[in-house]
Amino acid sequence: MKRRDFFKKGLSAGIIAGTAITFGKYKNLFAAHTLPPEDAYDLVAVKGGEPVEMFDKAIESLGGMKSFVKPGQKVLVKPNIGWDAVPERAADTNPSLVGRVIEYCFNAGAKDVYVFDNTCDQWNKCYKNSGIEKAVKDAGGKIVPGNNESYYREVEIKEGKKLKKAKVHELVLDSDVFINVPILKSHGSTKLTIAMKNMMGVVWDRRFWHRNDLHQCIADCSTFCKPDLNIVDAYNVMKANGPRGVSVDDVVQLKSLVVSKDIVAVDAAATKIFGLEPDDIPYITKADEMNVGTKDLSKLNINRIIM
Amino acid sequence: MKFHALKKLRVIISLLFFLLTAFLFLDFTNALSYKAVNIILFLQFVPSALLFVNLLSYTAIGFLIVIILTLLFGRIYCSTICPLGTFQDIIIYLSKKLKINKRFTYLRKYNWLKYSILIVTVTTFLFGNIVLINLLDPFSNFGRIFSNLIRPVYLFANNVSVSVLELFDCYYLYPVNLKTFVLFTFIFSFLFLIMIIWMAIKGGRIYCNTICPVGTLLGIISKISLFRISIDESSCNGCWACSLTCKAGCIHGGEKKIDYSRCVVCFDCFSSCKLDALKFKIAFRRKKKLIPPKEPNNNRRKFLITTGIFSLSLTGLAFGKNKIEDFRKTNIPENKQHPVCPPGSLSIENFTTSCTACHLCVSACPTQVLKPSFLEYGLIGMMQPHMNYFKSFCNFDCVDCSEICPSGAILPISLEEKKLTQLGKVNFIKENCIVETEGTDCGACSEHCPTKAVYMVPYKDNLVIPEINQDICIGCGACEFACPTKPFKAIYVDGNPIHTKAKKPEKEILNEKIDFEEEFPF
Repeated sequence: MKRRDFFKKGLSAGIIAGTAITFGKYKNLFAAHTLPPEDAYDLVAVKGGEPVEMFDKAIESLGGMKSFVKPGQKVLVKPNIGWDAVPERAADTNPSLVGRVIEYCFNAGAKDVYVFDNTCDQWNKCYKNSGIEKAVKDAGGKIVPGNNESYYREVEIKEGKKLKKAKVHELVLDSDVFINVPILKSHGSTKLTIAMKNMMGVVWDRRFWHRNDLHQCIADCSTFCKPDLNIVDAYNVMKANGPRGVSVDDVVQLKSLVVSKDIVAVDAAATKIFGLEPDDIPYITKADEMNVGTKDLSKLNINRIIM
Repeated sequence: MKFHALKKLRVIISLLFFLLTAFLFLDFTNALSYKAVNIILFLQFVPSALLFVNLLSYTAIGFLIVIILTLLFGRIYCSTICPLGTFQDIIIYLSKKLKINKRFTYLRKYNWLKYSILIVTVTTFLFGNIVLINLLDPFSNFGRIFSNLIRPVYLFANNVSVSVLELFDCYYLYPVNLKTFVLFTFIFSFLFLIMIIWMAIKGGRIYCNTICPVGTLLGIISKISLFRISIDESSCNGCWACSLTCKAGCIHGGEKKIDYSRCVVCFDCFSSCKLDALKFKIAFRRKKKLIPPKEPNNNRRKFLITTGIFSLSLTGLAFGKNKIEDFRKTNIPENKQHPVCPPGSLSIENFTTSCTACHLCVSACPTQVLKPSFLEYGLIGMMQPHMNYFKSFCNFDCVDCSEICPSGAILPISLEEKKLTQLGKVNFIKENCIVETEGTDCGACSEHCPTKAVYMVPYKDNLVIPEINQDICIGCGACEFACPTKPFKAIYVDGNPIHTKAKKPEKEILNEKIDFEEEFPF
């Protein structure tokens, strides 16, 4: 482990240093390129289309995937693949959406796109039966196991109140771009699981969270795991018996999608779509208080698209 | 000579059986379909016979085919199909190559011992006690050696490869941590391995010809087999060369006689005979039954005494079985009264009387919830697998163990049926629960429950706390596994001695009308 880290870090440090020296004088050129437009939306909400179409609209209004993924970058796409369930059960992120996100990443020039989840059910059955494994492979991405502690490295969470350190999957730490693709679902213990709750799938020891104030740990983790983009799948939504669900009877079709860089805002918007208020969900309130993002949607520049 | 080809054929077929069977016990990817597994194990004698008893179906007539094969050609089961037999042959081959032991010799018979073992094994089985089959069956012992000793090494090698590939950003393989290690089974398998290696080096197929009940049974049949290896007395000059190559120690060079009850028809002897005096042919002349020539009375006496002692000591064990329900020590706060046996096994009694503890299900279980037991089922159930919810849980949409169990201890069960089969019942200890002790939300148990037999209800301070409905619980252990409390769980599954049918989870009707034209609520 240590030796590998050393090589990796050494190598990336070298590349960064080299790139900085080489492109130093063109710095302004790069900056101009990455600067967001004046009227950039903070959040996009889409409704009434198929998952893939809705994402097309959403990403277009955010300036395309190239605003998030640069050529040659290593991208991590993190859906919710927690359960061994078929897509109709809406226990896992819609596979077609995951596939589409990966395609966009490659079109933007991504070198590699990785996908994993630290699942609740037997991981390889989840990957297979959720349809996500196939979607990832078809789109040219790499599906990576998250089932073993050896993939996780301990990090310090400086702003954490309860969760002060955690073992985080190496892909979260080593990727250039981190795209969070959760699904909106009801949840027995936290009422809802959306984007912040999806971060429980990038850490190893979830039992610690459950023992030590679950809501606070979720907010704490979001101070460290900061996705560059959050894409909430609210097409088929599990309205009852979440997060696992019992049957398709738990699912209601809401045909919605919410996209934002702000993980708290995206959770707040999805909560409202579900029919609850952000303050009903303690972790959203806590994360807002800790300045992870904002739950107050009135402060944001929102693009609302009804298809 | 043409007979030499027989040995080559035997070696090829036996290696095929050996490698395929070994792979089944090592594989953690479930690469082969259950149909392939069933075909590979179709001819394994003891599992097939037990499956036949359990199913009474033509799909389990492998053992009858073995008997017919034995009637035709002698003990070819022992030389080609039995994986433990081939394993010994490999040891013997290596010991010759490494010059540890280069030659064998004619061995005296231990008929009293082997027939005692056979009779006691069969008798105790008829009385519902499987423990001797469990300890002596060559297939199950082979399974245990590979599952408990070699599989950990295999997994370790896999995990090392994973780390190496990971350096190159390749995630093709995945690591697996062993959750099923049990010291007792490990030691038992290890001692058995040492014993069988020592026996094989010392005198070839000693295990097969003195201890193995399958070998003894097929030995009785092979005495009257149609084809036999015979010595042409007119060509033979009594040089003993064949005796010295015979790993079964069954050829008496001086008397020019072969003990067919011990001959495993390996065809090794053919190449040793320079005079081509050995033939594999239809035995026209039935020689008189091989009555032990010396001290027959003494042997019979020994036989009776041994049988008596064995039977007596084992009846005790058979009685112990009935006490299984009281066996669990109650000094554990979870207060589990019964172990949990896998779906398809119907009841603890059915399971413990049919399982030969070959550990194929332990190897195949994707979540590794099946773990060899020590005393969970009592003495007679030693090493038979049980559901270990401390380390894992039974995946809701999975019936892998029921599809591959070769002995019918876990009978085939459909997925729909499994989802309504109650292996045990959930119990909740509120005093241990995080929500009660810490005053914070948790709900890990309810999250993982596939039927919502564990569900969350409002509690003080805007919290939610688990509540249970045993009627729809199937005892999969997901709640117990997920429960984060230490060292004792707040929620656990207590096994049902007899599996029952769980009620179907009630459907919640969600009457939500969605207007897709409506504005967003923000």
